[in-house]
Amino acid sequence: MKLDSKIPSGPLSEKWDNHKFKCKLVNPANKRKYDVIIVGTGLAGASAAASLAELGYNVKTFCFQDSPRRAHSIAAQGGINAAKNYRNDGDSVYRLFYDTVKGGDYRAREANVHRLAQVSVNIIDQCVAQGVPFAREYGGLLDNRSFGGAQVSRTFYAKGQTGQQLLLGAYSAMNRMIGEGKIKSYTRHEMLEVVMVDGQARGIIARDLITGEIERHSAHAVVLATGGYGNVFYLTTYARGSNATAIWRAHKKGAYFGNPCFTQIHPTCIPVSGDHQSKLTLMSESLRNDGRIWVPKQKGDPRKPVDIPEGERDYYLERRYPSFGNLVPRDIASRAAKDMCDKGFGVGNTGLAVYLDFSDVIKRTGEKAVEAKYGNLFDMYKQITGENPYKTPMMIYPAVHYTMGGLWVDYNLMTTVPGLYACGEANFSDHGANRLGASALMQGLADGYFVLPYTIGDYLSDVERTPIANDSPEFMDAEQKVKDRLQKLLNIKGKKTVHEFHRELGLLMWNHCGMGRTAEGLTAGIEKIKKLRADFWENLMVPGGEQELNQNLEKAGRVADYLELGELMMVDALNRNESCGGHFREEYQTPENEARRDDEGYAYVAAWEYKGDNQPHELHKEDLVFESVKLTQRSYK
Amino acid sequence: MSGNMNLTLKVWRQKNAKESGRFETYAAKGVSPDMSFLEMLDVVNEDLSKTGIDPIAFDHDCREGICGTCSMYINGRAHGPVKGVTACQLHMRSFADGETIIIEPWRAAAFPVIRDLIVDRQAFEKIQQAGGFVSVNTGSTPDANSIPVSKVNADEAFNSAACIGCGACVAACKNSSAMLFLSAKVSQYALLPQGRVEAKKRVKDMLKVHDDAGFGACTNTEACEAECPKGISVSNIARLNREYAAAMLVGE
Repeated sequence: MKLDSKIPSGPLSEKWDNHKFKCKLVNPANKRKYDVIIVGTGLAGASAAASLAELGYNVKTFCFQDSPRRAHSIAAQGGINAAKNYRNDGDSVYRLFYDTVKGGDYRAREANVHRLAQVSVNIIDQCVAQGVPFAREYGGLLDNRSFGGAQVSRTFYAKGQTGQQLLLGAYSAMNRMIGEGKIKSYTRHEMLEVVMVDGQARGIIARDLITGEIERHSAHAVVLATGGYGNVFYLTTYARGSNATAIWRAHKKGAYFGNPCFTQIHPTCIPVSGDHQSKLTLMSESLRNDGRIWVPKQKGDPRKPVDIPEGERDYYLERRYPSFGNLVPRDIASRAAKDMCDKGFGVGNTGLAVYLDFSDVIKRTGEKAVEAKYGNLFDMYKQITGENPYKTPMMIYPAVHYTMGGLWVDYNLMTTVPGLYACGEANFSDHGANRLGASALMQGLADGYFVLPYTIGDYLSDVERTPIANDSPEFMDAEQKVKDRLQKLLNIKGKKTVHEFHRELGLLMWNHCGMGRTAEGLTAGIEKIKKLRADFWENLMVPGGEQELNQNLEKAGRVADYLELGELMMVDALNRNESCGGHFREEYQTPENEARRDDEGYAYVAAWEYKGDNQPHELHKEDLVFESVKLTQRSYK
Repeated sequence: MSGNMNLTLKVWRQKNAKESGRFETYAAKGVSPDMSFLEMLDVVNEDLSKTGIDPIAFDHDCREGICGTCSMYINGRAHGPVKGVTACQLHMRSFADGETIIIEPWRAAAFPVIRDLIVDRQAFEKIQQAGGFVSVNTGSTPDANSIPVSKVNADEAFNSAACIGCGACVAACKNSSAMLFLSAKVSQYALLPQGRVEAKKRVKDMLKVHDDAGFGACTNTEACEAECPKGISVSNIARLNREYAAAMLVGE
């Protein structure tokens, strides 16, 4: 199948307005004859569900959590970007568009990013009207702050809990529609299959996680808003339940996977403390404004950090990048920390950490001033590590926290499966090879509130209004396959738990497809993951049964999917013979060790088609055409 | 295992809502003080799985104290002995080597047990659906800066909105009242001009669902505030009472 991105013609700034006018409409009386299923209730899913229900469609939402409010958008800290230019500091829709394309290292689709920047202003209006308590100034108007990758203050925020407040806003809009009977919310349900009828997505198979019952749900369109797939790496800043099963099942039904190797690794997280660790916690990037990163010059220096004199410390970011120092972009800071630890200069019990030191700023401005700025982060650090960062340097290490890749979608957010849409982090669309801070919340809400409500109508207007039967042979067959798969997982009756397999996979992915990638490492990694997958299907042990709440069975299905997705990530990383954004191939760097893009060879979206179990994927290319932005090489010396 | 603490756990086990439950005793050996409480349970569960015992089912997700999923009573306290943290942010260094730890689910009629330590909090959903929103449709909104809001009110609304909906307030209350949860939502909207328009209807509708769901009345013991991991203040309940009185006196 040839990829058609359906980018509208005409000047960049007019594309979205023209497209909205061309989208066909469904008249208000007919909207109630259409059913739409939305899987995932984070920012993208909740905003889409509320907006579509308000329009009159019958919406069913599904989430594995016990409430839509618990989706992992809740954990986003910093803020949400919007081109409001309330600061009068030179911001504009075009500047937000430009910063985002550049920040993504020129691997995003111009038309999508421009639309994102355009609707960003409407998002803030919408959220304020919902009662989202954004930070304000004494005059009563909204406050802004600055974020990485931009020279203007365009980030709106609610303390360090912006994601929580935005999600609770979208959740409240959903609740209103649930109360009015326009949304039926299925909680503690997990989608396990997409059902295709006559080549169109017409429903899902879901498992009730309390009873274990398998259910068939039909609809005229299906929307996946299930977030990213970073948990392939096991130790991440994702929630424990975040998973790739919905998008991977859809992929195996014909939805192409876009740029799977584009993962973002955040430089400032609390390091791993031992084998028991289940999760990594992010410390806001803002700490790098005042903290200085260093390691001892002497390998394995046994002294406490405060006892190591200034002359025996290596402030390696300041040394290597004198003009940007500790404020180099995320990908650079992360790679440098790994590099120092790989060379044996790491600190802490594991040797996989570097110091983030606040003693200079405390000396300069006093402890009170530092507490006012970063108090909640220092408290969180103290609670987790038991150490006082006012007295001794923090220890930090990079961790996986976002995936730019995802299901390939066209300008309408439709996947290559007709009737199947992907929103938010689940799609590949707007961030290219690297996402800027405070842009994930913007994209999730843009997709759900302002894009999908237009584009899904255009599709539904051509779909018959009769209800879709959920007992057709296609549904019965899909249900049986889901049941068989669950039984297969339970019947292996091996010796290793699913957590052991997941941990092993995470380490493999981190070592072979993490911050630095090589052709040799990836080739070896692909062989290893194949072996691990075979081992999984022979030696997995899942306690309990199918007809009950069984958290290990839930997890086993997810890890089985990771074991396939992880291989595709490595295949994609091996195919992309360049370095760009979060994808760093060690063979492709400048003499100054910066990422070296190959715009001639790789200015395209890699969209991978599934061809059957244990068959090689087929690569389709969507060439990226840059009409408005000039491509340049980044340097932070 | 990576540590040297040894603990005895007495854990509530209950197969499902219909069967009766009981305490079982398990040993947690080689626990590291750096583990979170849930990581300690992860390790115990791995051991149980390998010895053919069903692992302990417990709710958890973000493991950074913000999603509100984790919900367990530890040694008679909601989320355990440390103030201002959820169970996922509680670390084993808060316990002594050799200690016996009792772990139970939330106990409240409105929160029936689903399995082991997992309870059903759908009653919270129903309260929110009754009025926990501002009735605005997508797209029909004025510019965000067209209605100024005083910083004091905006900050106070944020403090109320910081509730994570975990249910510790209900579990800690001798009446199993959800007034802290309910009042935090009512307060957030009562403090903002956007929420004032339908304030009277909201408070009446939400309170009715609260009472119908089987949550008890508030008798001002303030256990909810003491156990709330996010420090939600009982002054929200006072505001709720004022809002309710005004709604009943003045009517629509």
